[in-house]
Amino acid sequence: MGEISQENAPIYEALERLRKMRVVPFDVPGHKRGRGNPELARLLGEKCMSMDVNSMKPLDNLCHPVSVIRQAEELAAEAFKAANAFLMVGGTTSAVQAMALSVAKRGEKIILPRNVHRSVIGAMVLCGAVPVYVNPQCNDRLGIPLGMAVEDVKKAIEENPDAKAVLVNNPTYYGICSDIRTIAELAHQHGMYCLADEAHGTHFYFSDQLPISAMEAGADMAAVSMHKSGGSLTQSSLLLLGPNMSEGYVRQIINLTQTTSGSYLLLSSLDISRRNLALRGKETFEKVRSYAKYARAEINDIGGYYAFCRELINGDSVYDFDVTKLAVHTLDVGLAGIEVYDLLRDEYDIQIEFGDFGNFLAYLSIGDRKQDIERLVSALAEISRRFGKEKVDLMPQEYVDPQVAVSPQEAFYAEKETVELGDAPGRISGEFVMCYPPGIPILAPGERVTQEIREHIEYAREKGCTLTGAEDLEIRRLNVLKGV
Amino acid sequence: MDFWFSEKQTKNVKLSIRVDRQLYSGHSDFQRIDVFESPEFGRFLTLDGYMMLTEKDEFIYHEMITHIPMAVHPHVEKVLVIGAGDGGVVRELVRYPEIRRIDLVEIDEMVVEVCKKYLPKTACRLEDERVEIHYEDGLKFIRRCKDEYDLIIVDSTDPFGPGEGLFTREFYGNCYKALKEDGIMVNQHESPFYEEDALACQRAHRNITESFPISRVYQAHIPTYPSGHWLFGFASKKYHPLRNLREKEWNDRGIATRYYTTTLHKGAFYLPAYVEELLKDVENKR
Repeated sequence: MGEISQENAPIYEALERLRKMRVVPFDVPGHKRGRGNPELARLLGEKCMSMDVNSMKPLDNLCHPVSVIRQAEELAAEAFKAANAFLMVGGTTSAVQAMALSVAKRGEKIILPRNVHRSVIGAMVLCGAVPVYVNPQCNDRLGIPLGMAVEDVKKAIEENPDAKAVLVNNPTYYGICSDIRTIAELAHQHGMYCLADEAHGTHFYFSDQLPISAMEAGADMAAVSMHKSGGSLTQSSLLLLGPNMSEGYVRQIINLTQTTSGSYLLLSSLDISRRNLALRGKETFEKVRSYAKYARAEINDIGGYYAFCRELINGDSVYDFDVTKLAVHTLDVGLAGIEVYDLLRDEYDIQIEFGDFGNFLAYLSIGDRKQDIERLVSALAEISRRFGKEKVDLMPQEYVDPQVAVSPQEAFYAEKETVELGDAPGRISGEFVMCYPPGIPILAPGERVTQEIREHIEYAREKGCTLTGAEDLEIRRLNVLKGV
Repeated sequence: MDFWFSEKQTKNVKLSIRVDRQLYSGHSDFQRIDVFESPEFGRFLTLDGYMMLTEKDEFIYHEMITHIPMAVHPHVEKVLVIGAGDGGVVRELVRYPEIRRIDLVEIDEMVVEVCKKYLPKTACRLEDERVEIHYEDGLKFIRRCKDEYDLIIVDSTDPFGPGEGLFTREFYGNCYKALKEDGIMVNQHESPFYEEDALACQRAHRNITESFPISRVYQAHIPTYPSGHWLFGFASKKYHPLRNLREKEWNDRGIATRYYTTTLHKGAFYLPAYVEELLKDVENKR
């Protein structure tokens, strides 16, 4: 095959070769290149169906890659400056799970900020690890959680010298970065791993104008959502390893839960997206950066809205800021972020990423166009003109240290009973409660319910946030541990 | 030699015009621009392969989009024209001496340059001292205007490509804000005939109806546009297009026209039953 380079896309090329061979399929999938499911073929296109094939010798095998998938993974590792890379087909959730399962066993501790994605705590339910939460500082005006202060991480490490790893969001959903380089050094000094949730940070690897990437900062593992800012298909993702990890062991961990029928649509989308980013990522994200800068200036010019940016940087809990995240504070227009989110969709046919109490986030990426940004800005101007009210204040949210009474795994599998939300304070939660998006838990299994948490849930419900995680979809009742 | 320009009006329908020669072809930042010379329609302009105007039938479009509001509004001083880089709307507007200023907002400077060079019959009055051309996205320009114009004419391309933003609710809402308390907005409203065009037409009507208290639609026959049956929107804060028609005053001006008359003005608002129905379908419905 000769030398391969970032110009290649080995999986995609193997699929093309297979197509030309006109192989007669007597294997799965049973739709046989779409012929057995003409309605689906009409929807997705024949080409798409013909690429939905099974692992076979010319296409390698995701569970045990030796040829084209191996090459694609090596190219991905090179592009992201990692020691190893794994193509993931179970979403970034599967990459996050693999990180937690690779470093911690039952009863072992992981230090992490409270504003982690639900998948992190889900991973701890699976492996039995115990969370040690670090208070992410909060910006009181915006009402958003920030990053972890280095001093707070240090304190957590010193108080829990037996912890196995420190996990860092790089960045948070809102684009806020902790000092990941210093945190990685600290972790290593104490014999711990540094893990990075980079679900929102793929583009960091392809710009010198954006915050540092986890691999460059010396982290040991990073879960990278290629499908978010990287342009691959939904559900495809990458897991990156630093030089101190055992590739073989991590592969074993991944294979515990990963499908043995990895989708070649997802795999080829990762392959082609990696090639695109390696060859053109820098100029692409430069464009995204300039769009975000323009949109921010125009939105701030409307009046009332506050599209925040690098002025938040304080050298610690906001160590750096991802300028491609277009997060906008809305309370001065008299509207909650979630209300603006709904108005944009219902009145203007514009779908944005999420709205919380005080802010909304519009996701800018590789596929945006100038004229669509004009639409977003104009719609915001119209919303302010038509629906704007007196400035409203945010319910002040004191950060309350979550009281981890039992491990997430123990709580998840414990005997439970259901109680009215009003009766829940004092009890230990057996389930998650979160607003989705952004999917950051208000309550996780194993945590003691407090009065503040109850009020927070009620406020979120009243404001129209989509609450998820619990068995009762409206969270009027909660499952708590029986007898404690 | 057989040399034809063809436009796919739908996936299954084509309109072809015999061409003598191609006068210009170029790419701007926004679109492909072509000018042809033809025996039947004279010179014609296409953007991304879609017919914009021909010398033979452009008068219908430009007269109907301009004189209808001008015969209703009693005193137009300040006009905003969006799109219309070919200059046809401006050519009609400058015939009214009471108009003191025309802001023309065209996203694509190259369209104006090409039209000035190859289509002097429409672009002839762009140098009028009352006209100021702004090369900008219309949606962006209007965001900053408030209570400023008596008349806004939206001479957009189709609702895909660069003209997409000019069919949205945020755009029409911004137009409402940019108009004075008795202002009028007139817009290119697509065709009701073929399915895709009819959907665009409905969407535009829904968006306008939600932004303006008075929103009516009128028609004209434009041979080189898909189906030949074309609609315009008349949206207004105060004046009704028929009840407030100033028939005598307009005729006293003695403006010579080839398509528009004040009698046709009245007739143009009476629509075929199926068009009335498709418009009614989206009124007050969201």
